[in-house]
Amino acid sequence: MLLSIRNLHASIHGKEILKGVSLDVNKGEVHAIMGPNGTGKSTLASVIAGREVFDVTSGEILYQGRDLGKLSIEDRAREGIFLGFQYPVEIPGVSITNFMRTAVNEVRKYKGLDPLPGGEFLRLMEEKKKLVEITSNLTNRSVNEGFSGGEKKKNEIFQMAMLEPTLAILDETDSGLDIDALRIVANGVNKLRRPDNAFLVITHYQRLLDYIVPDFVHVLFEGKIVKSGGKELAFELEEKGYDWIKKEQV
Amino acid sequence: MESEANKILDEVTQGDYKYGFVTDIDTEFAPIGLSEDTVRYISLKKNEPEFLLEFRLKAYRHWLTMTRPKWAHLDIEPIDFQKIIFYAAPKKKKELTSLDEVDPELLATFNKLGISLDEQKKLAGVAGVAVDAVIDSVSVKTTFSETLSKHGIIFCSFSEAVQNHPELVRQYMGSVVPYTDNYFAALNSAVFSDGSFCFIPKGVRCPMELSTYFRINAANTGQFERTLIVAEEGAYVSYMEGCTAPQRDENQLHAAIVEIVAMKDAEVKYSTVQNWYPGDKNGLGGIYNFVTKRGICKGSNSKISWTQVETGSAITWKYPSCILLGDNSVGEFYSVAVTNNHQQADTGTKMMHLGKNTRSTIISKGISAGKSNNSYRGLVRISKNALNSRNYSQCDSLLLGAGCGAHTYPYIQVDNKSSIVEHEATTSKISEDQLFYCQQRGISAESAIGLIVNGYAREVLKQLPMEFAVEAQKLLSISLEGSVG
Repeated sequence: MLLSIRNLHASIHGKEILKGVSLDVNKGEVHAIMGPNGTGKSTLASVIAGREVFDVTSGEILYQGRDLGKLSIEDRAREGIFLGFQYPVEIPGVSITNFMRTAVNEVRKYKGLDPLPGGEFLRLMEEKKKLVEITSNLTNRSVNEGFSGGEKKKNEIFQMAMLEPTLAILDETDSGLDIDALRIVANGVNKLRRPDNAFLVITHYQRLLDYIVPDFVHVLFEGKIVKSGGKELAFELEEKGYDWIKKEQV
Repeated sequence: MESEANKILDEVTQGDYKYGFVTDIDTEFAPIGLSEDTVRYISLKKNEPEFLLEFRLKAYRHWLTMTRPKWAHLDIEPIDFQKIIFYAAPKKKKELTSLDEVDPELLATFNKLGISLDEQKKLAGVAGVAVDAVIDSVSVKTTFSETLSKHGIIFCSFSEAVQNHPELVRQYMGSVVPYTDNYFAALNSAVFSDGSFCFIPKGVRCPMELSTYFRINAANTGQFERTLIVAEEGAYVSYMEGCTAPQRDENQLHAAIVEIVAMKDAEVKYSTVQNWYPGDKNGLGGIYNFVTKRGICKGSNSKISWTQVETGSAITWKYPSCILLGDNSVGEFYSVAVTNNHQQADTGTKMMHLGKNTRSTIISKGISAGKSNNSYRGLVRISKNALNSRNYSQCDSLLLGAGCGAHTYPYIQVDNKSSIVEHEATTSKISEDQLFYCQQRGISAESAIGLIVNGYAREVLKQLPMEFAVEAQKLLSISLEGSVG
């Protein structure tokens, strides 16, 4: 088992958002988390990544058998957890190249490896850029500064490719993307799927799942996973909307 | 959330000063305190011509009539000038003719600071950097003087210039910063002990970077140096200045003067990385840094560019300025000032537009952490005759944590209708979002702050010569070790 979430409760500023989430993810699997807005999807992603603004009040998250609660944000990342942000933040004056080199080398240092020599690093960048059809000048620009919605999301997938995570969480990566960008982003993800990694794809709409086909679909509603199924569940949701789930809950 | 981010900031900005060591060298001191006798003592020690002694005495007498300026946003303890030693010099065994004769302790000191005084160490294919090394009150070694003299360039200590080129010193010294200029300029003019002198003759482009490295070593001692750079018609020089001091519990005074003269079509680029001891985390000790730096673009189409990275000193009071006298002349000021713990900085520039079509650019990036205060103070003045002149100013402040302050005091005076002045100012914080984003990629909070701060300051850092840029980048991160939010 790669990830095992057990009865997770989390709150922000005293307000409970996650009210007992349980979820198991094995290597090689793609799980989709769907649900109406404001039900805790992004909170779940942030809590797995260790964002400190959220308090885990009970329950636990086991990652490769270890209690994630004991790991810092950066150590979780270094252990292979990646979060693709819904709203990637701008870092003025820091080029993507410089940012990624710092990230890659800090992860290597954690693993006891020497920094990647400049030439090798640049070769790696070129290879991964192709994966998401990034043109060369984008990586010379400051991280996310003045990027279009599509560029921001491509940049997230590019960073994921560079860091080769074991568990990738994509938080509404499809939001704000036109159909071409969506296809590029999804293709990037598909090329990175391997038997030894797993994806948690958070989305509001079914359309992303036409491109990234999940093994499991879960519906998160009012802080709990209320329904799980195969990929056909996504179609059902698309057809009937979330009202159907809401009614079932009452 | 806020407190969490502050905690990380605190951890990251509590780094230690790396240059706080003291070298045990045999040092000769002037009697403690300040009087006309002190002034005479220094002049005698340096075997100065009569005109210089007179200049010093006039300055001293003028200084006695002045009071310390209080307008800066600085909280300064009274300075007792009778408790300061105004002259301290490593004892020389004999006249130096080669590096072998420099006290090995001194060589080791500069090596430890990463400053090579060995000309042989110049790398093949690299232009190299000529260094004037000043310790306490005197210059101990100037490298590459001979190489430079082949181009007609004079690069030597101020004391040597007084002996070998008195006419040049007499012509230019005090011509940009008169001793009457301000309290600390008057003090410096009375008791200055050494510094660098640089003269680039007509049409010569200086083939290497020139630099002065200032080191305070002795206790209870003030450092008062002055630098004079003259670029004749069509000449070019890039000049760098670095400084460090030992870690001590008492404050030490540094009051310097830099004067630059640029004639027609000349260009002078002056870069500073100021890393004097900033005091400890509780605000004990540190250098009081009161500096008057000013350049005059005397001829048409001349250019003076100031770039400074200010990370050290307990107190910084410093306004590198340009007098744009020649038509079409250009003044630039690029600054990054970092304050942490209890440091206080009041720094900025003055751009005085006198000639027609003169242009100036001001880019100031303040970074405050801990309990520090960081002020930008700038004056842009465009005179009646400076028609069609332009100024662009951008003053940004970055706050790390809730206990620090950032202040901006821009003064603008425009006396004609054909000139344009623009001023932009922003204040920002390192957001929790930015930190989380970096950490989520495996970057530690400490590295993330270094990265974000360097990104913020990039516009200024890219103005620095290569030799300095890397050091400055490291310094920015180190200065904020232990502070983010």
